[in-house]
Amino acid sequence: MELFDLTLYQLHEMLHNRAISSRELTKTMLERIEATDPEINAFISRTTDLAFEAADRADYKLATGNCTPLTGIPIALKDNIMTSGIRTTCASKMLENFIAPYDASLWVRLKEQGAVLLGKLNMDEFAMGSTNETSFFRPVHNPWNLLHSSGGSSGGAAAAVASRQTVAAIGTDTGGSVRQPAAHCGCVGLKPSYGRISRHGIIPYASSFDQAGTITRDVRDASLMLKAIAGYDVKDSTCADRAVPDYSSALTGAIRGLKIGLPEEYFSKELSADVKKAMDTAVQVFKDLGAELHPVSLPHTDYAAACYYLLANAEASSNMTRFDGVHFGYRTENSTNLEELMIMSRTEGFGSEVKFRILLGTHTLTAENYQKRYVKAQKVRWLIQQDFDNVFSKVDILLTPTTPTPAPLLGEGAEDPLQTASSDIFTNPANLAGICAISIPAGFSSNGLPIGLQLMGRPFDEEGILKAAYAFEQTTKWHMEKAAL
Amino acid sequence: MNYQPVIGLEVHVQLNTQSKIFCGCSTRFGAEPNHNTCPGCLALPGTLPVLNRQVVDFAIMAGLATNCTITPNTFFARKSYFYPDLPKGYQISQLDDPICADGWLDIEGEWGLKRIGITRIHMEEDAGKLVHGMGGGSGVDLNRAGMALLEVVSEPDIRSAAEAVAYLKQLYQIVTYLGICDGNMEEGSFRCDANISVMPEGSSTFGTRAEIKNINSFKFVRQAIEYEIGRQVDLIEDGGKVLQETRLFDPAKVITRAMRGKETAHDYRYFPDPDLVPIVISADWVNRIEKNLPELPDKKRQRFITYYALPEYDADVLTASRDLAAYFEETAAFANNPKAAANWVMGEVSRALNDSGLYISQCPVTPKALGELIRLIDSGTISGTIAKKVFDQLWTDGGNPAEIVEKQGLAQVSDTKAIEEVIDSLLAASPEQVAEYRSGKEKVFGFFVGQVMKAMKGKANPAVVNDLLKGKLA
Repeated sequence: MELFDLTLYQLHEMLHNRAISSRELTKTMLERIEATDPEINAFISRTTDLAFEAADRADYKLATGNCTPLTGIPIALKDNIMTSGIRTTCASKMLENFIAPYDASLWVRLKEQGAVLLGKLNMDEFAMGSTNETSFFRPVHNPWNLLHSSGGSSGGAAAAVASRQTVAAIGTDTGGSVRQPAAHCGCVGLKPSYGRISRHGIIPYASSFDQAGTITRDVRDASLMLKAIAGYDVKDSTCADRAVPDYSSALTGAIRGLKIGLPEEYFSKELSADVKKAMDTAVQVFKDLGAELHPVSLPHTDYAAACYYLLANAEASSNMTRFDGVHFGYRTENSTNLEELMIMSRTEGFGSEVKFRILLGTHTLTAENYQKRYVKAQKVRWLIQQDFDNVFSKVDILLTPTTPTPAPLLGEGAEDPLQTASSDIFTNPANLAGICAISIPAGFSSNGLPIGLQLMGRPFDEEGILKAAYAFEQTTKWHMEKAAL
Repeated sequence: MNYQPVIGLEVHVQLNTQSKIFCGCSTRFGAEPNHNTCPGCLALPGTLPVLNRQVVDFAIMAGLATNCTITPNTFFARKSYFYPDLPKGYQISQLDDPICADGWLDIEGEWGLKRIGITRIHMEEDAGKLVHGMGGGSGVDLNRAGMALLEVVSEPDIRSAAEAVAYLKQLYQIVTYLGICDGNMEEGSFRCDANISVMPEGSSTFGTRAEIKNINSFKFVRQAIEYEIGRQVDLIEDGGKVLQETRLFDPAKVITRAMRGKETAHDYRYFPDPDLVPIVISADWVNRIEKNLPELPDKKRQRFITYYALPEYDADVLTASRDLAAYFEETAAFANNPKAAANWVMGEVSRALNDSGLYISQCPVTPKALGELIRLIDSGTISGTIAKKVFDQLWTDGGNPAEIVEKQGLAQVSDTKAIEEVIDSLLAASPEQVAEYRSGKEKVFGFFVGQVMKAMKGKANPAVVNDLLKGKLA
């Protein structure tokens, strides 16, 4: 076992006991990145010098006994999270050289708790995509099979954790962008409830869906990372002002009597045989752990994908208007007047997927379509929320596959954009409803690709899903498997 | 044919909050370009708006003062369009369920008393400013971006330029009374878009309207509307058609002209801003604000007439602004003579302010000093003429009126003995004039008064002089 194979929790113990130093650990991770990233392409920017400075500060704190679970722990951030003085590209030509003058609130918290930033992680451009192939900085390769996609949009975050380049990573999840790549790369991906983590400083894709999430090796690490970044922030009006529990203390392994719902709509879909098998096994594991499994129904599930794409693209089209070549970011050199400057900067600065979604979203918001598309979709969103409210009065959590299939081959989606979109169908609903959800490793396909299962919980009941996920993980040990790199 | 103009006004009231509507940046006017900015009002990606609660308070105040209903559930929407002074590419504004709706103002004039409907009042952020003619092109100043605005939209109830100005003046008076707007029109704190159409008299179908943007003085509003009505009438008379378009007023040429560039009907793609949560305004909140509303111009005018027994004209003038009214009330209290206080404030004080270009709030003579000055007149210590001199001294050097009178020996002489001496020697030296007077030429009386005053350097008590002279000449 190498140092880079260890979990956040294990490394914290070692740092705390002075068995290792943060500098030593940081050096190990940076070397690991150096060695593996030419194949994986998880990092857009590396912050080597700053990482060592932060590690030295952490070592000082560790020596003086003034430390948190994150002090000295190397982490990495998806490249849509603002880091003052370090470029934040959103994997777009539009922001290729953009250096923010301010920090995202969650990064402020991580810094204050002594985390060491290794660099900024690859992603789909502006988080729009689910295979990481829309990145201006080229796709991320799946550590389990380099020919396959890492998933997306937080593909770099999942691949970096799976290749043990970083101890943990922060991604963002608008329709599954943390859970889906975590499932494809064999990691634990947690999307907390909407409002649990401040969105301040996260470049938005769809504001009413976006939520930062953690990608980690195991559930305990997820609970530690969540604890570190959750909580009220005055800079985000949509951030919830409610107490943050100590998530780790929910990890008892005891889930006897827990009521788990199996939504029939998620199992009647065309699941790949491997996923189906993994789900059957998972159901049995939970039964053996003493949980009660109940078939339930979320009747509006079929409308979730359409509803999600209408609303998310509508918000996205609006969130993208500030990139006009005037104030910051990419500016064309091919313009003779103001209108051309704006049009050409956007034409040249955005990739095709971003333009596609801007067009769809703009169409949805036109005066002609607003009522019949946007407003109607909002009503459907409410019905989907009602579905969840109803089942959560009967069961504690829901168990579903995270994705219908394991990671696709790179290039596979180019022929059929709707096929890649369908990889989000099981993850979109949690974002529509604002509830929390987690993807955890649940086995492997016949060709050795990871499979994830998803647990969804009531709004702000992250403890509930973490508790069940931990019990499952401790029994199955799928999370112990490591991609050979 | 005769034509009936139909006018609706949209007024932008810049609120004088300390900080901007969605961030903590200062709202101070005149700072270096882009000095009052932060990542938020620069629209850097990832920043989020956080509503300044005072803006909601101010909007409720404006709504209550204009007889609006306050909407219990209101929210912000994004209004999208591309322009370099709009860094987010959308303006955070309100469309559906604006914070105030269905109000009115009564305006008075040659048309009698007339009620102008107020469709709505909504909250929004201001855009930045383009600065043209810089070295190689134009610059963008975002100091103003994110300043809090109220947009007050009237019904198309206005029928003439004079009515429009009366409505605007009243609205202006209200927002400045409320203290929610500094009223500085030159700096754009109160500006107006006018929607104007004309229709044949007697018709009930409105004509096509043109919108004149960003007019920032009452005079320009009148000129712009008058010009635009004439233009539209001429156009129709010549067989042309009014285009629905946006026009600008050129104050130098006193004309309106179509804004350059193609004016396709904008689709602003409004939708609720997902970065902000809906605002729930409880009855308690509204009541709390209602209780603390300052006295509004109409009420104050009535009170001045009944409580101070002032003529309507005085009450009108003195309630023109809250500051002026307060100055008057303080002066009246110190003087214990409201009518004299009114005369002084409307006379000497206003004249001096005008001459020096100062606002009443900057008046160097305090109400206390002016009140004491009036008391000195009323007690017969000084004459009105001397009082004006003392006022001038108070204006330039400040100080206490009684001390000035004392130090400079300005107190008037009411001592009959001293005055009698002067009169006696005057009458002795002017036998001809005495004869004239006694032969019935009463005009000569003025000559005697003037001479006595001159001899006594203006300090003789005029009433005493009058009495004594009359006695001696009888």
